[in-house]
Amino acid sequence: MTFLKTAASALAIGAISASAATARDQIQIAGSSTVLPYAAIVAEAFGENFDFPTPVVEGGGSGAGRKKLCEGVGENTIDIANSSSRIKQSDIDNCASNGVTEIQEVRIGYDGIVFASDINGAEFAFTPADWYNALAKQVVVDGNLVDNPNKTWADVRADLPAQDIMAFIPGTKHGTREVFDVKVIEAGCEETGAFDIFKEANGGDKKAAGKSCNALRTDGVSVDIDGDYTETLARIDANKTAIGVFGLSFYQNNTDKLRVATMGGVVPTVDSIATGEYPVSRPLYFYIKNAHLDVIPGLQEYVEFFVSDDMAGPDGPLAEYGLVPDPELAKTQEAVANRTPMAPLN
Amino acid sequence: MTDMSQPGTAAPSGKNRSSLLAADARTKRRNASERRFRLMGLIAVSIGVLALVGLLTSILGNGLSSFRQTYIALDVYLDPAKLDKSGTRDIEKIKKVTTFGYKPLIEKALVAAIEKAGVDDQGLSGKKIGAMISPEAPATLRNYVIANPDKIGETIPFDLLAGGRIDGFFKGRVTMESAALDRNTSPEQLRLAEALRDKGIVVTRFNWAFFTSPDASDTRPEAAGLGVALLGSAYMMLVVLVLALPIGVAASIYLEEFARQNWLTDLIEVNISNLAAVPSIVFGILGLAAFINFAGLPQSAPIVGGLVLTLMTLPTIIIATRAALKAVPPSIRDAALGVGASKMQTVFHHVLPLAMPGILTGTIIGLAQALGESAPLLLIGMVAFVREYPGAPPEGFFDPASALPVQVYNWTTRGDPAFVERASGAIIVLLAFLLMMNIIAIILRRRFERRW
Repeated sequence: MTFLKTAASALAIGAISASAATARDQIQIAGSSTVLPYAAIVAEAFGENFDFPTPVVEGGGSGAGRKKLCEGVGENTIDIANSSSRIKQSDIDNCASNGVTEIQEVRIGYDGIVFASDINGAEFAFTPADWYNALAKQVVVDGNLVDNPNKTWADVRADLPAQDIMAFIPGTKHGTREVFDVKVIEAGCEETGAFDIFKEANGGDKKAAGKSCNALRTDGVSVDIDGDYTETLARIDANKTAIGVFGLSFYQNNTDKLRVATMGGVVPTVDSIATGEYPVSRPLYFYIKNAHLDVIPGLQEYVEFFVSDDMAGPDGPLAEYGLVPDPELAKTQEAVANRTPMAPLN
Repeated sequence: MTDMSQPGTAAPSGKNRSSLLAADARTKRRNASERRFRLMGLIAVSIGVLALVGLLTSILGNGLSSFRQTYIALDVYLDPAKLDKSGTRDIEKIKKVTTFGYKPLIEKALVAAIEKAGVDDQGLSGKKIGAMISPEAPATLRNYVIANPDKIGETIPFDLLAGGRIDGFFKGRVTMESAALDRNTSPEQLRLAEALRDKGIVVTRFNWAFFTSPDASDTRPEAAGLGVALLGSAYMMLVVLVLALPIGVAASIYLEEFARQNWLTDLIEVNISNLAAVPSIVFGILGLAAFINFAGLPQSAPIVGGLVLTLMTLPTIIIATRAALKAVPPSIRDAALGVGASKMQTVFHHVLPLAMPGILTGTIIGLAQALGESAPLLLIGMVAFVREYPGAPPEGFFDPASALPVQVYNWTTRGDPAFVERASGAIIVLLAFLLMMNIIAIILRRRFERRW
């Protein structure tokens, strides 16, 4: 039968070409979906302006990206891991056990986390304490811890709108949630005095107290969103009185649909985050495997291009998209040029 | 049940005799139950149709506009003072000028065009006017200059992409009200764009680039296209076809025609049926472990995607092929064997050609299933930002590529609302391909199917 012959020869061709797989010539990047849009912007510009192919950028999450980075050295492993949180000692140990000894840490800037509601809704001015009193499982009333009785924002603080509390917050797999927990909920916990009561109850154990702070109410007013910000936006579109948690860049692309709330009286902008006035922000990083620097063509050039003033500077496309530029960019540029591996975590 | 006729109760003796003309209570009950069933069937069908109509209107409403795109026709002066300071026309030196260096040229050209057309510039600054053009435009210009360095110093007409918000305005996605709140555009820009359209400088036309250009980053949704995804999907389907068809057909022929019926073949049979029901993500996990981590095949490559989808499609093809072989009547085999054909001649000369339409239909349906599959591809790195087209096969099978369904997924996660339109457009393309494959399957069945 002719078709059997064709199939057999096709299989043969497949087998031959499998063995003739050529060396990888494009950079491979994976990791945080928060860093992904920035990395894609840089990758695109890099492909346009250099004679190297455009890097392949994958999402998947910070933790997954770092794990992939630490899988070993070689063309089958990625070159760069994007991360919206700092690398952990466990990652470094994992890397070392797989022969990945030299890693460069590059801080590309800061990401602001904003609270926003439907554009036609009421205006909100929050403080971390408001969020704690709205979402925590137990809050302080008259010096005692009680199960959260607040139904509307006006119950939380009289000058907030009398609107049912409904919040869409990032799910626990998101790096954004960590920032929300630490910079909003825990800060509010301390502000309201709940932290001290928790600490006392736990015999002065700060860690246990922090954990108690982060216990959120489970009666449906706080909804974890495991998807992307687009999902949060769709939820807010359907539920006009809800408040959602977004990244600054996402909000900046959807200012016609979202009304942003102030935090501690500060409006989140690239500037107010850069000066540290707006409290809820976090640094963004990427990690490079130094062993790949002279193996994968264009890797060093890509890294230097990423942190160049043209891209990551205050007037570059990244800042325009919503990245808060790092004031210490010059230091990063120098470190990258010298390929300085990161020092042990302190 | 009620429609079981029981002589005792059905026709009670005496004067209550049933008539064919007047329906008695039992007939009425039976008719009523039939009407009820019909109604339920009708409701079920209409729920299905409503869901389909809802889905299609939502997708078509969002996505049809992605097949049109707004362009700005500009005469750009390729300023040698900016692009080739040395004046040597040395290509290496020209390449040193990055796209950032081209942006001011375009800005200047648009400002000049506005002035020349005599349009009110709405008091916008040069930078704000420049922002009406896609960030993709400097790259278009730079590629042209690098390809034609001798044109530096001349004024060349270009068709440049308009920015995403301007494009959205002409498609009705962006309105004056939303623009007033939008930090990426302003009503002044939209009014200027409208005036430029009246002068014929801004035009909206069919968007071929949607099918040919690669993905684009979040800042330029207007430039994003399906080129790499289409190519990646095509490569994967090729791999699936080349591997799954012969393996699946060979396995089915052996099982159906040659293998003895014993516990081993029974076990294989049960396992094949089982595999057909395994969630596709499982094949992704298997593919990651076997093809990438063990065999060392590259990430994000169509070959790995194709292999994974082959595993997923095999059971479908085997089941369809076996059904097709079974449908060939034994008399054909008996006749062939009777005139002295060997078992193999019988199968390949008589049974297989008769079963071919069924096999092809099964294969096409399997391929259509594979084409729309995204879950296993998530695990092998195909959900990536890929801008380079994969090379020609066979090397191209090993280059990174995207695929249609994962491109849809990818675009739905982007922050810029313009990507919603792109994602819906990609869904329309995917649906068109699926529809085409299913129609081919139906035609094959109609044309070549034989009944005995």
